[in-house]
Amino acid sequence: MERIIFYSIALIMVVFAIASVTSRKMLRSVIYLLFVLCGVAGIYFLIDYNFLAAIQLTVYAGGIIVLIIFSVLLVHHIEMQLEIAKLSRQILTAVACMVGLGIFLTTIYSHEFNVVENSRTTTTADIGSKLLSYEAGGFILPFEVISVLLLAAMIGAIIIAKGAKLTGKNDKAL
Amino acid sequence: MIRALSITRSIHDWLYSSMSENMAYFIEMVLIAIVYLAIFAVAGLFLVLIERRVAAWFQLRIGPNRVGFQGLLQTMADALKLLSKELTGTEKADKFLYNLAPYFVIITALMALAVIPFTQDFQAFDINIGILFLIAISSIGVIGILLGGWSSNNKFALIGAMRSGVQTISYELSIGLSLLTMILITGSLQLSEIVEVQKSGWLIVQGHIPAIIAFMIYMIAGTAETNRAPFDMAEAESELGAGFHTEYSGMKFAYFFLAEFINMFIIAAIATTVFFGAWLSPFGITESIPILGVFWFLAKAMVLVFLMMWFRWTFPRLRVDQLLTLEWKYLLPLNLMNIVIMALIVWLNLTIQF
Repeated sequence: MERIIFYSIALIMVVFAIASVTSRKMLRSVIYLLFVLCGVAGIYFLIDYNFLAAIQLTVYAGGIIVLIIFSVLLVHHIEMQLEIAKLSRQILTAVACMVGLGIFLTTIYSHEFNVVENSRTTTTADIGSKLLSYEAGGFILPFEVISVLLLAAMIGAIIIAKGAKLTGKNDKAL
Repeated sequence: MIRALSITRSIHDWLYSSMSENMAYFIEMVLIAIVYLAIFAVAGLFLVLIERRVAAWFQLRIGPNRVGFQGLLQTMADALKLLSKELTGTEKADKFLYNLAPYFVIITALMALAVIPFTQDFQAFDINIGILFLIAISSIGVIGILLGGWSSNNKFALIGAMRSGVQTISYELSIGLSLLTMILITGSLQLSEIVEVQKSGWLIVQGHIPAIIAFMIYMIAGTAETNRAPFDMAEAESELGAGFHTEYSGMKFAYFFLAEFINMFIIAAIATTVFFGAWLSPFGITESIPILGVFWFLAKAMVLVFLMMWFRWTFPRLRVDQLLTLEWKYLLPLNLMNIVIMALIVWLNLTIQF
């Protein structure tokens, strides 16, 4: 049964990934991308990695896709279509994609995959204590670095959004 | 994964004994989906009826009372009428997305229903990150509204969709953080375990002051998340027609409408589970009869649904800027402070337990 589910999810993902890059309507390709991301979440659910699946749904499907939809809504009219690239560029992209696909496939097929006997579901508590542990195998350093990075990004966004006002020179504006 | 009452246990055994394992598994999934769809449809129609009766009561009218006993069949008749209506659409709409949008809203509502523990054994999907899953699902539902608004190729629909998107994204934060406050007590995201913790007192009693604050924030944010008055800027009929579903007709409109009511029920059901002990009876008076759990769950959820309807007919509609100020300047800082207080209380063992 799991095999059937896996192959159907995989088929859906491949079909929608291709549809996403070939569609000429912007919002439609965003929605196809959403289906691909939901498929990834489905595969996480299939291997019982529930936490990552929910994060995948929240961050990618709920966050990033909504952000993209918002920007499309703001700049794009319903009758507009994406333009078709020049032939030389199309060929170049096709070659680059083929090379990338080839590298991936050779790596995957030359690697010996071991079947892991792991029936234990990872709990949120495990992930939490791993993120905050400073012993070997802990992730406290990357966790802190990312939090500082996010803080910097947030401050930067506020500065850009308020920008002119903070310099104090143009108090008249607003 | 699939736990069930004794009837479903015998169906399960019969299915597995009479056919191959894969086939039985598949048929079981289909059966559960049908059961939940039936719950979805019946609960949705029933909630529409309650809304109309409550609205009438608040306005000193009687409300629908002709079709069936006390108007019980009124919404069934309405649904039949909507089914037989012509599906109109705009000429230059993006047909594919236009038809897809209602299903987004419906499917996310259905997925959220699946994890809600109606009673001890009546829960389709007892996942170990239940609450997180619910938050994740609710963030996808807004995509359906945005799509519906954009693909109708109508200015009012687009404005309604944008307003709805802004509102849902903002208030999602408050919902997540107020639920997180309660997770500090339970120490688990699994819904069945959250109920288990409440056997020594409902969480709103266990967590006393911060829990009550979290509950208030949750109800405000929940009302906003379902786009209901006083937060119904998205479909403000005096300025936007009907908002994002202006161009929808017949059954597709009904899908949006049903999903909105089911979302209201889901918000109430989550509040029941996290704050009011889900299917646990008050003081354990009917603990020996487990089937009554459904009754207690629905009773608590209905009280909260009534509360949301009460909001609707009491408060005037907010402006967009007031709406965003309420969230970002009041609810969010309060919420963050509340989490710290709750952490202190849990740390110092100041929770009330029986």
